Amino acid sequence: MNRYPAWLNTLVLVVLMTGLLFALPNIYGSAPAVQLADADANPITQLQLENFVRTLESEDITPEASYIKDDRAVIRFLDEEDQQRAADRLRARYGQDNNVALTLAPRLPEWVRGLGLNPMSLGLDLRGGVYVLLEVDMDTAIGNRMQGYEQDFEDRLREARIRHRVDLNNGIITIRLTSADDLEAARRVVTEADAELLVADGTDGRSLTIRLTEQQIKDRQDFAIEQNMTTLRNRVDQLGVAEPLVQRQGVDRIVVQLPGVQDPTELEKILTATATLEFRLVDQSGNLPGTRSYPGRGNEQAQMLKREVVASGDEIIDARSGFTPEGQPAVHITLDSAGGERMLATTSENVGKPMSTLFIEWQQKDVMRNGQLESRRVKTEEIINTATIRGVFKNRFQITGLTPIEARDLAVLLRAGALAAPVFKVDERVIGPTLGQDNIDRGFRAIQIGFLAVIVFMAFYYRWFGMIANLALFSNLVFIVAVLSMLGASLTLPGIAGIVLTVGMAVDANVLIFERIREELRDGASPQAAINSGYEKALSSIADANITTLIAAIVLLAFGTGPIKGFAITLMIGILTSMFTAIIGTRSIVNFVFGGRKLSSLPV
Amino acid sequence: MRLIKRKTNINFLGKSRRKIALGISVLVVVVSLYELAVEGLEFGIDFTGGILLEIGYSEPANLEEIRINLAGEGYDDAIVQRFGSDTDVLVRLPPQEGANPDELREDLRRAVAIGTDGVDLRRVESVSPQVGKELTERGGLAMIIALMLIFVYVMIRFQWKFAAGAVAALIHDVIVTVGFFAVFNLPFDLTVVAAVLAVIGYSLNDTVVAFDRIRENFFKLRGVSAEESMNTSINEMLARTIITGVTTLLVLVALLVFGGESIAPFSIALIVGIIVGTYSSIYTASATALLLGVNAQDLLEPVKDPDLIDDLP
Repeated sequence: MNRYPAWLNTLVLVVLMTGLLFALPNIYGSAPAVQLADADANPITQLQLENFVRTLESEDITPEASYIKDDRAVIRFLDEEDQQRAADRLRARYGQDNNVALTLAPRLPEWVRGLGLNPMSLGLDLRGGVYVLLEVDMDTAIGNRMQGYEQDFEDRLREARIRHRVDLNNGIITIRLTSADDLEAARRVVTEADAELLVADGTDGRSLTIRLTEQQIKDRQDFAIEQNMTTLRNRVDQLGVAEPLVQRQGVDRIVVQLPGVQDPTELEKILTATATLEFRLVDQSGNLPGTRSYPGRGNEQAQMLKREVVASGDEIIDARSGFTPEGQPAVHITLDSAGGERMLATTSENVGKPMSTLFIEWQQKDVMRNGQLESRRVKTEEIINTATIRGVFKNRFQITGLTPIEARDLAVLLRAGALAAPVFKVDERVIGPTLGQDNIDRGFRAIQIGFLAVIVFMAFYYRWFGMIANLALFSNLVFIVAVLSMLGASLTLPGIAGIVLTVGMAVDANVLIFERIREELRDGASPQAAINSGYEKALSSIADANITTLIAAIVLLAFGTGPIKGFAITLMIGILTSMFTAIIGTRSIVNFVFGGRKLSSLPV
Repeated sequence: MRLIKRKTNINFLGKSRRKIALGISVLVVVVSLYELAVEGLEFGIDFTGGILLEIGYSEPANLEEIRINLAGEGYDDAIVQRFGSDTDVLVRLPPQEGANPDELREDLRRAVAIGTDGVDLRRVESVSPQVGKELTERGGLAMIIALMLIFVYVMIRFQWKFAAGAVAALIHDVIVTVGFFAVFNLPFDLTVVAAVLAVIGYSLNDTVVAFDRIRENFFKLRGVSAEESMNTSINEMLARTIITGVTTLLVLVALLVFGGESIAPFSIALIVGIIVGTYSSIYTASATALLLGVNAQDLLEPVKDPDLIDDLP
């Protein structure tokens, strides 16, 4: 009785070893390091890395280790002085093509890094930094889309020679026809443009109302968020911050976390100043309907631009600076298919005519209105470039007539500057590094002390069985750390609290089992029978209790935000791992030590 | 080692004791609700929106002076408190409509540093009132959904009278724990919400473990009243209840004493919640089930009529 089959013992051992392995990277701590990332997001090569290191060594700075991780070069140092000097040198020498950032890198030995293992990262509340929650203006995102349709219908209806008027109001396009006979033709034009749109007849029998479907709105929102996130990531990368986090939250929010950054001013500028681009033809006659004059940025000339947008920033897939075959500096641009189609149609009719790139920026500014200070969105429109169309092109083209530096800046701007919709800051937190360190120290000390108190108590109260439970408790901690490292989740203050809580509650399962064993012994069962029925009978209580707590944790995870999520994740992991360690883990040890032999009493 | 002598036989659920317990529960819940309604909670900026600064001074700070300095800069609605030690200060401000965040931060930094040779700005948080409102709504929604799911689970595993008892106990725990924060004017922030939800988990744990034993005894002890077999069950589980409570409290007290000021509200909420939760498992959960007339029959699987099957073609 009470023997585990060999495979089960092996399984427990394998799981434990795996847990230890994954938790291992956390014991090495971290060292000051410098991270270099290519400004154009190309992977750093081994050769480049060797160059970086050689540069440092020629300055008498000896890196402790250097390697490439996630396409970026990481160079580790023994102290912060070396790190600072190295960063200055590297910035001076390579800063033009690379983003150089100070960071903390885990001090992993070669072989651990080789296995692709990583320690769990620390949340902002634990290591300091800036947290910003941004909201994407979805109304504008959808409004922009509808404006695109409005113009499209206008063009198509004119082409089909249907007399009409098109209006856009509150996200609904109304097409009013002069004659009711054109209704079907107009409907065909609309469905040709996009068959999925919701088209309804107007009450007067000669108008159509057009709306986006729920799915289209959702797609548009997803697109706006994705596009904004990519853009924000690019911009944040250009700040040169190591390990930035840009993450979607809910329907219309984006979280940006910058560890180690203490001054949010710089971040603020990049994040909330949202910009987009439009390519428009210059109206050389200057008197077409809808034509307006736009100022030029810096030395750029002001131009009269046509109302129609040929392609906009959210249609740019890629933009890179480079040279034409003739050796002129240029920006190579790639558009998506819709933008490409329109570009083709426009350029084939307008070779030799000038086209402008219009830069549009939104900023939050304070203005006085009726004697009250109000925060309003201000739109700035400037021409950043005007160039002559040299030939017919589609989705790939280049802008020339720039200096190499201008080309580089424009490429960065085009790549990073296109936001599908404006974003606004709704929440901001700056956590100082002293508070961070303080929190870590206190949190870990609290865990140590609490843990120690429980261990001492259990050892006294349940003697050898208590020691077995303590082993389980320890491996439970190892598992939580291992799973957090595996998931790449970061440990936050509420996360520590969650772990502390599971430490307390993990004991409960063992208490239930041991009390049951004592009861069975009291009722006259033999030691072996008491162990067996103790584990068996306690199981349903443990399962019920843990499942209900798990329900609460899942609901927290689903509905909670930020700190609550961190707490819920560790609680969930803790419940699952503690079930394994407290039931199967302790049983395998109990079986190994006490099972299968004659016992007169149990040290419980 | 044993904390509890071999076999206790305490009459937890006797008529008169239940009445006293009911009286205490009702009183505490009413006081909590009254305080919540009249005094309200001291919501943190997570909920109200606003600005929070944590400042480290090199010398013990004079709160009155800081208040005057802030008022001099136009921030006369600032709440200035000590945070943990003499040199640490927490400043809270209501949302500043339309202010430029950068200028605001510099402005505040200047104001709190007047008369000192520089301060250590440890934490600056600014939350818009909109986010706060959403948090409150989502937090409330999360709690209601959690309670509903738990009710369903207990109903499936046990029976609706038990489920009603469990949920009554949970509601009791939430009200009393949150009420505690209202009575003692403790800061109520997001971590406290997490703690209250953890309390739900813990109290539920306790309740379900008790129910499990009650179910077992309903089947084992035939011919005994429901009240008696519930009493036996609670007595049998007493050692476990106390030991688990003690070990969890050991960790939480360590967290409260050594964990630092920022998680103190969290620790307090859990400590209060766990004590209340342990009490409620016996006196709210079990007593409610008993009040609803729970008995062994409720847990028996309804026997299918064998004739029904014979009638089928």
